[in-house]
Amino acid sequence: MRSPLSPEMATQEVPLNETLAHLKTESETLKLKLEEERAKLHDVELHQVAEKVEGLGQFVMKTRRTLKGHGNKVLCMDWCKDKRRIVSSSQDGKVIVWDAFTTNKEHAVTMPCTWVMACAYAPSGCAVACGGLDNKCSVYPLSLDKNENLAAKKKSVAMHTNYLSACSFTNSDMQILTSSGDGTCALWDVESGQLLQSFHGHAADVLCLDLAPSETGNTFVSGGCDKKANVWDMRSGQCIQSFETHESDINSVRYYPSGDAFASGSDDATCRLYDLRADREVAIYSKESIIFGVSSVDFSLSGRLLFGGYNDYTINVWDVLKGTRVSILFGHENRVSTLRVSPDGTAFCTGSWDHTLRVWILMC
Amino acid sequence: MSTNNNIAQARKLVEQLRIEAGIERIKVKQYFSSLFFPLLVSKAAADLMSYCDQHARSDPLLVGVPTSENPFKDKKPCIIL
Repeated sequence: MRSPLSPEMATQEVPLNETLAHLKTESETLKLKLEEERAKLHDVELHQVAEKVEGLGQFVMKTRRTLKGHGNKVLCMDWCKDKRRIVSSSQDGKVIVWDAFTTNKEHAVTMPCTWVMACAYAPSGCAVACGGLDNKCSVYPLSLDKNENLAAKKKSVAMHTNYLSACSFTNSDMQILTSSGDGTCALWDVESGQLLQSFHGHAADVLCLDLAPSETGNTFVSGGCDKKANVWDMRSGQCIQSFETHESDINSVRYYPSGDAFASGSDDATCRLYDLRADREVAIYSKESIIFGVSSVDFSLSGRLLFGGYNDYTINVWDVLKGTRVSILFGHENRVSTLRVSPDGTAFCTGSWDHTLRVWILMC
Repeated sequence: MSTNNNIAQARKLVEQLRIEAGIERIKVKQYFSSLFFPLLVSKAAADLMSYCDQHARSDPLLVGVPTSENPFKDKKPCIIL
C-alpha cells in the first residue's frame, strides 16, 4: 500500500493511520461489549434490591391542627427552622405566618397580586419570601411588633419575565433561588437584588425546585412542564444531570435526606425516585387506581417514607424502598396543593384549595 | 518547489493526525472513567437502604415519639383567659 507521497512521508504516515484505525475499532468493540455487560446488570429497580427489607406495618396518621384563615386556595407553605412556625400563601394574595402549635396567626401581608404561588421562610426565621403572578420574589422582614405594617419594609429581590413558581433561601438569609414560568431558575443576592447566576435549559415553565442538603454541595434540582428534572451546579450555572421519564408536568421535586437521590411528583399521577449516582430512575410510585396528578412530595426524616399530596384531595404515603403504598389519608375537601415535613420530622403540613392547612402526625 | 509543498502538506497531515490521536486518547480516558459513573443500581440502592436503616429509629413519622416529646400530640389546648 504505497502512498503517492514521497518515501519519507509514507513510512511516517501509514503506521500512524493504521494504528489509529486499529485502536478506534478495538475501542468500539470493547465499548459495545461493556455496554452489553452493563445492560445485563442494569435491569434492577430499587424494590428488587430491597426485597429482603422488613415491610412496614399499619400507619395511622391524623390531623392534629387545622389552620383556618385564608380566604381562598392555599398554594404554598414552608416551615420555619424553629419547627413551629409556618408561612403560607394563597390565591387571594394573602401571605400568613402561623404558630402551628397554637394555630394563632402571627403576621399577615396582602400582596399586590393574586395567585401567590411561592413562599419560603428565611433560615433565621426573621423574614419570609413570596411571589407569584407579579413575576417577582419579594422579601418581608418579620417584625416583632405585630401592629407594624410588614408591607412597608418589603424588598423586591427577583425579577422574572413570567410568574414565580417557587422560591427558596439558600443556607443563609442572603441569597434566594427562584424558578419561573419564563423557563429559567435564578440565584439572587437579597440585599442588592442582583442576579448572581441564571440557569437555562428547561424548554418550558419551571414549576419547582429543591436545594441539595448542605453536606452534598452546591447543587439544586428543578422540575418543569417539559417533563424534565434537571440537576444544576449553582456556581457554574451548568445543568449537570437531566432526567426525562415522567409523562407530564413535574409539579414537585424533593431531595432524599442523604442527597444521593431525589423524588418527583407529576401530573402523570406518579411519583418517581431518581438516584444521582446511578444516573437513572430507580423507582416509580403509582397505582392503577390513582389517576389524579401529584402536586407536592416530601420525605420523612429517614427517607423511608414519601408523602405525596394529590389533586384528588388525598395524601398517599409510600414505602420508598419497597415501592408500595402504606397509607392513604383523607381530610382535605379540595386539591392538596402543597406538602412539607417539619424540620425535625415530627409532623408534616399540607395546604389545600379548600383554604385550609393541616398538620399531621403519626398516631401510635 | 513541489518538494517543499509536499513537506509542508505532510507536516500539516501529521499535525492533524496527532490532534486526532489526542482526541481519541481523551475519549478513551473519558470512556474508562465513565465505567465507574454511573454506579450500578444495586450499589446505589444499597446505599439508599443503608441510610434508611441508620436513621429509622429517629424518624418520628416512621416509628413515632412519646407523647411528651411531640408538641402536636395533643389536640389544640383550650386557651385560659
